[in-house]
Amino acid sequence: MSILETQNLTHVYSRGTPFEKVAVDNVSLSVDEGELLGIIGHTGSGKSTFIQHLNGLLKPTAGKVLFQGRDIHASKDALRAVRFGVGLVFQYPEYQLFEETVFQDVSFGPKNMGLGEDEIRERVYEAAAFVGVGRELMEVSPLELSGGQKRRVAIAGVIAMRPRVLILDEPTAGLDPAGRESILENISQFQRETGAAVVLISHSMDDIARFAQRLIVLHEGRLVMDGTPAQVFDRANELKDMGLTVPMATEIALALRARGVELPESVYTTKYLRKLLTALREGGGPC
Amino acid sequence: MLKDITLGQYFPGNTVVHRLDPRTKLLWLLGYIVALFLAKNIWGYALMLGVLITESALAKIKPKTLLSGLKPLIFIVIFTAVVNLFYGTGEPLWQWWILKITAEGIRKAVFMALRIMLLVCGTFLLTYTTSPLQLTDGLERLLGPLKKLRVPVQELAMMMSIALRFIPTLIEETDKIMSAQKARGASFDTGKLSERAKALLPLLVPLFVSAFRRADELATAMECRCYSGGEGRTRMKQLVYRRRDLVTGIVMVLILASAIVLRTV
Repeated sequence: MSILETQNLTHVYSRGTPFEKVAVDNVSLSVDEGELLGIIGHTGSGKSTFIQHLNGLLKPTAGKVLFQGRDIHASKDALRAVRFGVGLVFQYPEYQLFEETVFQDVSFGPKNMGLGEDEIRERVYEAAAFVGVGRELMEVSPLELSGGQKRRVAIAGVIAMRPRVLILDEPTAGLDPAGRESILENISQFQRETGAAVVLISHSMDDIARFAQRLIVLHEGRLVMDGTPAQVFDRANELKDMGLTVPMATEIALALRARGVELPESVYTTKYLRKLLTALREGGGPC
Repeated sequence: MLKDITLGQYFPGNTVVHRLDPRTKLLWLLGYIVALFLAKNIWGYALMLGVLITESALAKIKPKTLLSGLKPLIFIVIFTAVVNLFYGTGEPLWQWWILKITAEGIRKAVFMALRIMLLVCGTFLLTYTTSPLQLTDGLERLLGPLKKLRVPVQELAMMMSIALRFIPTLIEETDKIMSAQKARGASFDTGKLSERAKALLPLLVPLFVSAFRRADELATAMECRCYSGGEGRTRMKQLVYRRRDLVTGIVMVLILASAIVLRTV
């Protein structure tokens, strides 16, 4: 069942001036409850503009955004409820930390919801646990933390609102490999345990291939592909024409196939590729 | 919304006005202001209006763009005009209690409003046609003689160009942090005044933190490139006076002379 939906969403920047630019062009998309949806697209493809419509930060030039079936711009109160129901984590969210302690910063969202103290405490600890921030850090100033920890705290600040849809704009940008891995694991765990839908923007095709259940591709503001990772990465050549890459495993599989090794379609995770190649070797193939 | 601020904006172009030496343009502005304050009758203002129109036509700046810069100042212009309206002496045309309007009052009000608008438009023409970098360069050279009095002219110019350079960055950053806090349910435009002031905290703290971080990074980057103040620095783009600068200077002298002559008309 769809929880968040856009209908013919269009956004034009600086309308009526020489700087006019169509950032999002007639995008209709529905996010199903509990799914992990990946969004990929080149820089400037409209991804960031698009997701800012999903919690009502930007108002569409044309078209509608529906959350749980209702137009989010119907009334001011509805819009506020949407902010809490659709959590949005911006790129480099660590720059938004401002409170004296980690605990206070994570509780900013729940406090704005008007919750009671006990409820807030419960949610803060729950959110901190999801992103792997220990209780010993709760009374530390967020400015004293390392970059990776700050990022986790910032994500916890959004998770603490218990959103039904969590949107993350490149949550792993600028982190080391171990940090990327564990943040993505945390997010995936959040999705499984709470049943919330997660929308993940990433430039790393390998990450997307591993975690996303469904994948959409934006190009010049338009929705050009929508399907399972297998369906999308099978159109590797089209992706490359758009200036995008494919996962390393797909790249290798394509190169091998070009050299006459018989491999099935839809290879996009390293795990699957390794299984295929091991099977080939044991079967006496050219590997 | 914040992005709509046009103050001090630069419109790139390749007209005569754009190509003039920034020093010439700064001195021109000085002369223009002096001439504007010399004007005291209709002929004087007509001359200055003519100068401004010619200048903007040469710079290919549309009158609409020029006037849009006046928008934030509209209150000041109207306020000045109204105050002047009631301060004339002589035969009242209209009187109520202690307020009276005279022919001289009307004249003064119109001239005052005109003077402010001409002043602002003339200044905007300078920033519209001169990049901030050129502007600080020109200022630094013009203030050069003050170095003898131990005024740190070069450092001041560097500070000014850095400040100008970071205005758009900070505006963008403010927008970003505002969106991020709004996504967590903060609201900046509702509630009582005290609540609104408090609501600014989640915006100001991250903004200050990032401004200091940026300043720190910039200082490191400058040191990595061996920046050590003004002593012995040479420039990639040398400022050279050309013939058009000379012509501009002569025109300004003529304008100033006419402004003085027109006072006696």
